[in-house]
Amino acid sequence: MRAVDAVMECLKAEGVEVVFGYPGGANLPTYDAFVDAGIRHVLVRHEQGGGHAASGYARATGKVGVCLATSGPGATNLVTAITDAMMDSTPVVFITGQVRTELLGTDGFQEADTLGITMPIVKHSFMIQHPLEIPRAIHEAFHIARTGRPGPVVIDIPQDLSRAEIDYEPVTDVHLPGYQPTTEGNQKQIRQAAKALASARRPVIYAGGGVINANAAEELCALARADRFPVTCTLMGLGAFPAPDPQWLGMLGMHGTRAANYAIDEADLICCIGARFDDRVTGKLSEFAPRAKFIHIDIDPAEISKNVPAHIPIVGDAKNILTKLVAEYRALEPDRSRLEEWWQRIETWRERHPLAYEDSADTEIKPQFLIQALYEATGGDAIVCSDVGQHQMWAAQYYHFDKPRRWINSGGLGTMGYGLPAAMGAAVGCPDQTVVCITGDGSVQMNVQELATCAEDGIPIKVFIMNNGYLGMVRQWQELFWDRRYSHVDMGRFPDFLKLAEAYGATGMRFTDKTTLVDDIRAALATDGPVMVDVRVTAEENVYPMIAPGAPARDMVG
Amino acid sequence: MSLRSGRKHTLSILVENKPGVLTRIAGLFARRGFNIDTLTVGPTDDERISRITLTLDGALHPIDQVVKQLHKLINVLKIRDLEPTDTVARELAMFKVAVDGAQRAEVMQICEIFRGKVVDVTKRSLVLEVTGTTDKIEAFERMVRPFGLVEMMRTGEIAISRGRGET
Ligand SMILES: Cc1ncc(C[n+]2csc(CCOP(=O)(O)OP(=O)(O)O)c2C)c(N)n1
Repeated sequence: MRAVDAVMECLKAEGVEVVFGYPGGANLPTYDAFVDAGIRHVLVRHEQGGGHAASGYARATGKVGVCLATSGPGATNLVTAITDAMMDSTPVVFITGQVRTELLGTDGFQEADTLGITMPIVKHSFMIQHPLEIPRAIHEAFHIARTGRPGPVVIDIPQDLSRAEIDYEPVTDVHLPGYQPTTEGNQKQIRQAAKALASARRPVIYAGGGVINANAAEELCALARADRFPVTCTLMGLGAFPAPDPQWLGMLGMHGTRAANYAIDEADLICCIGARFDDRVTGKLSEFAPRAKFIHIDIDPAEISKNVPAHIPIVGDAKNILTKLVAEYRALEPDRSRLEEWWQRIETWRERHPLAYEDSADTEIKPQFLIQALYEATGGDAIVCSDVGQHQMWAAQYYHFDKPRRWINSGGLGTMGYGLPAAMGAAVGCPDQTVVCITGDGSVQMNVQELATCAEDGIPIKVFIMNNGYLGMVRQWQELFWDRRYSHVDMGRFPDFLKLAEAYGATGMRFTDKTTLVDDIRAALATDGPVMVDVRVTAEENVYPMIAPGAPARDMVG
Repeated sequence: MSLRSGRKHTLSILVENKPGVLTRIAGLFARRGFNIDTLTVGPTDDERISRITLTLDGALHPIDQVVKQLHKLINVLKIRDLEPTDTVARELAMFKVAVDGAQRAEVMQICEIFRGKVVDVTKRSLVLEVTGTTDKIEAFERMVRPFGLVEMMRTGEIAISRGRGET
């Protein structure tokens, strides 16, 4: 059979239900194979959108996302999406077409060194040199993408090789001698961690996206409840621990709660699970958690002691390790009353510094109010995708995630333009769930073309544009750190999002009145098909509290 | 945050003999700001596997972080941070020295002391070949430089562990 038909067989064997892609000369053979393959293909409007859609699909479902592009410009359009998937450890397989082998290296039409360009931003990549390699490369790519620390994998296939005839034999084993992720976790270290937790007087659990990737949310709760351990999550970890839980401190980091950041600052033991001490979390690194010892649980050994020295490092799968850690901890029967004082201190912070904002007296919609209204209208039960900016932080603060895989945003790379296509991918993966996208008037314009894809394919995402007329987050920084010299952050009120939605075949709406907002949102959610809503909010509102960049976490402002 | 050791490190890295592997390794060093001192690559007794010997300054880089990042590359099979005392390490260097007449004999004598070889002679120059530890080669360089060193080529270190075990 043709190698491209084998590609389809391999994708089916990997359980792929849908591929997001865009055709071109170099991947025409693959597109030909789609005609008979029986795999759903979503024709995106821009390869970047395809990459983010595959990522949103992967994050919402826990499966591997797949994105296809042609050579040259098709492949280079993927660069942002690949980097994004790398930074947030999202399993996505990217299959790119390449020019014919005889043209390789000649600056042929639509030739780009895809492998070279993407090398620093992938978990691994394959350049196919013989058609017989294709099936194995595909299975290896899926294996690498989904195991260990998940990540993006690129397979570049020259056009002539993809149309070659091969004797296809299903690949049943994948053996990569240089790739053996540690999953088990060292029992001695786990016991040590249990002991440290049992004797800590001011412990904090700090959980990240790794917990969600490992499907270890339940185990995280079990650990938290093995005693009264306070829990905070990173932006990527939201939903790993239920926000309504009394042991939940809120998010930590730059726009985290004071309770979370102060607790970290005064902790004597921090148990970090599937997080990486990113600078947006630590603030000034040298003053981060100055009194704490660190337990660091991560599937990626290179994360351990990268930014802070781990006193007790445990490499492995979080689900595995947490299960064992809970068992070890229970066996110790520690004195639970030792945490009394610690909780009193935490409660004072919570009472004194709750997340709050000043609501408007009239009909004006405050951005925070919009998120609260969304929470109310969705019953807290939507998959929420966001873009990057103030709206992202408000969504993180005011939409109380209580389950994993409900919060999908670009944490590591901070990619504007991520939200809408990611929501599209999430909605394709989870057709029975409400999927909303919270975006900004700036961000949405970076991949708004995917609304056409949604309209065409009947993907019913609900996009809420928090329209403040500004590149709000940048405006906030200019206000606070650049003396209010607003340079090129004014977006006006253009374009007319209502008309734009309609032009793309979606329903457009505009909300301006806070008093009817919850009902208005309900109406938008009840509308069939994709909907894009222009929500006019207060123009100059800031996200607080905040750790100024480079400042220590205890010096929160606002 | 990882500890810096202060000494020079010799990493011996076994990699799959596949296209692009060296680029991945070099790229990783460039991207993370690790500085390679020397790098040699060559085949092993198994044609599917190559060996890279790489030296870098432990005072500048957290070696365990370098090693962990290298381990993440799928084509990297094995990495050893070779202990100087348990390792035999050699470099090959060639020196072109502009000498004539009386000075020539003197340089050749130095070369002999260092157990080097003369591999080319012209009226006005000598090319000398020396193998040995980095220290020895640097010592040799100091000796011949004053005679008029035209150029010098060094291969970078290759290293193998002492005793029976595999490197
Ligand atoms: C692709 C890209 N370009 C630039 C930035 C820098 N940036 C971060 S937030 C932001 C403003 C976002 O504005 P908007 O989408 O309107 O959201 P708001 O902050 O107003 O909620 C910008 C420009 C980025 N994160 N991504």
